[in-house]
Amino acid sequence: MSLETTKIEAKQKFIDLYQENLSLIKNDYPEFINEIREKAIKQFGVLGIPNKKDENYKYTDISSAFDNGYKMYLSPKNIKFEVNDIFKCDVPNLNTRVILLLNGWYYDRKNQLETLPDGVIIGSMKKAIEQYPDLVKKHYGQYASLEKDGLVALNTAFAEDGVFIYVPKNVVVEKPIQIINILMDDEEGLTQHRNLFVLEENSHASVVVCDHTLSITNFTTNSVSEFYVGQNAQLYFSKMQNEHNGSKQVSHLYFHQERDSSVNADTVSLHGGLIRNNVNVLLNGEGCENNTYGLYLTDKGQHIDNYVHMDHAYPNCTSNQLFKGVLDDFATGAFSGKVLVRKDAQKTQAYQANNNILLTDDVDINTKPQLEIYADDVKCSHGATVGQLDEDALFYMRSRGIKKKEAKLLLMYAFAHDVLKNIQVPALQERVQDLVAKRLRGELSRCNSCQMHCC
Amino acid sequence: MLSIKNLHANIEGKEILKGINFEVKPGEVHAIMGPNGSGKSTLASVLAGREIFEVTDGKVNYCEKDLLEMTPEERASEGIFLGFQYPIEIPGVSMVNFMKTAVNAQRTHKGLEPMSSSDFLKLMREKKELVELDAALASRSVNEGFSGGEKKRNEIFQMAMLEPKLSILDETDSGLDIDALRIVANGVNKLKTKDNATIVITHYQRLLDYIVPDFVHVLYNGKIIKSGGKELALELEEKGYDWLKKGADK
Repeated sequence: MSLETTKIEAKQKFIDLYQENLSLIKNDYPEFINEIREKAIKQFGVLGIPNKKDENYKYTDISSAFDNGYKMYLSPKNIKFEVNDIFKCDVPNLNTRVILLLNGWYYDRKNQLETLPDGVIIGSMKKAIEQYPDLVKKHYGQYASLEKDGLVALNTAFAEDGVFIYVPKNVVVEKPIQIINILMDDEEGLTQHRNLFVLEENSHASVVVCDHTLSITNFTTNSVSEFYVGQNAQLYFSKMQNEHNGSKQVSHLYFHQERDSSVNADTVSLHGGLIRNNVNVLLNGEGCENNTYGLYLTDKGQHIDNYVHMDHAYPNCTSNQLFKGVLDDFATGAFSGKVLVRKDAQKTQAYQANNNILLTDDVDINTKPQLEIYADDVKCSHGATVGQLDEDALFYMRSRGIKKKEAKLLLMYAFAHDVLKNIQVPALQERVQDLVAKRLRGELSRCNSCQMHCC
Repeated sequence: MLSIKNLHANIEGKEILKGINFEVKPGEVHAIMGPNGSGKSTLASVLAGREIFEVTDGKVNYCEKDLLEMTPEERASEGIFLGFQYPIEIPGVSMVNFMKTAVNAQRTHKGLEPMSSSDFLKLMREKKELVELDAALASRSVNEGFSGGEKKRNEIFQMAMLEPKLSILDETDSGLDIDALRIVANGVNKLKTKDNATIVITHYQRLLDYIVPDFVHVLYNGKIIKSGGKELALELEEKGYDWLKKGADK
């Protein structure tokens, strides 16, 4: 059977699955959501699942993650687990407000949506659609384009639950909100949760997301998160990827920033068999700031692919992309960082860098920095490095008595630190620094049936 | 303490050390001088264990052990210290972290408990005085943004922290002004004891006014062609190296 037919088969399987379960999927949802679904499934029919012939997925075989007959979680599965067992933590608690997703469904079935005294709304996407349809309608599907990536269309067609966070005008949410995405089941599954974060004018919030697998079964995740960051609002977003090496994850983040807003987004990828992170930013007003950072530590046969698209649509905005990675054993990686500066986006400052350390001869990284500039009064730079650890520095340390292994760790940790120092929640920064140090030493085991390590 | 016999070493196939014979006893200060390219830095690097140099012949005995069998970190833990001619910058690794890791690695090698953080910081504060190292510099990344003089003083600071038995100072005076030179020399002199020894590699006699050697050796073309007392350094200052070179080249 040719690759072509297999590809079409997988696409058709999803379309058939959609049609067969139409009522289950559309039930409980208002018209506007279902209209978006229909548009999405049509687009999916056109675009299909990306493969290596697609320029944006050239270095990552993502189609295999979607062509394996994994079951889909069209309704929440009743898996009970002792929440307390999960939180056995050997480090002081992060002082956050925790919400859980289990296999893409909001876990707390009793308290699905909470409205706090200051007007902040936190909870299940599905419940939010039910209770606040007008608010959701304003933003849902507005930022995640269906035109470019078939996987976004796929998620949009099937999306049922996820996280919804709304911060009203002028409200500062002091405590970071921590979303823990748990994948746990006896059968292999595909989850496609959908998140929406709305920060209105002048508001501040921090959101930390941790992805974990709690069973040794294989999972695939295809998640879409839309972020509306209003005028002068500030968002700190941090994502920690720590699933086991049998899991595959595609994450699509869409940030829509209004004027004078600021977004700092970090992704720290510690474990996971196949990860593809897509970050799309639209700077939709003057004076915006966006810092998108990533750190990936890979070994064995891991594959990690980071894709960033930064759109400077207005003048006087500043953006920074810094992705650093360490590749060991026979891991592979890719980075594609695009900066688009539109014609009238004068006085743009856009910086981008991707630095990689390769520890063995068998690893592979493809890095593609791209600048597409149409304005003439801008400051832009891009760079990519691929190298080994500094031999002179290693010898200098050894000549002081530091053992070779320890010296290498010090250097790798110093390399990672550039990204880690940008983590804005102090307790989280410490925790992540600790995890990274452990990960580099090989001490952070991905023991799948046991407790989560980061939360 | 140190006994070098017929040491030959090369780098990328080119022979640099062509039969070095040299002995150092505890309490001694030896100066090694010589024109550029004679192998002075190579000798220092080979003794410290730099792997880009290949030792092709000879023996080096250090405190009754075979030095050439030891890794660079083992040599350091056994008390050898190399003051680099061009100290390396290590962005992202703080001086404190660097020194603490080194001090504790050496202590572990000797079977001692690692130092507590507070004891360690106290030690750092104490030793900083010796070379007038700014408190701010100690909290930065290793050598990052340090001036030439600050880097050299930092080498002596590390020497003070690690208390080596045998220090090899590779052109510690290069790039230093008189004041920095005095501070560095002062530091080295204060650390001198009857049980440790120092090998000072230098071009210029000037440093030897401050760090007075017991023995002076001239290294030319990979061999020691003349040894003498501290007056030899003054003779070289006057006459240059030519008179010795002529003799060696014949």
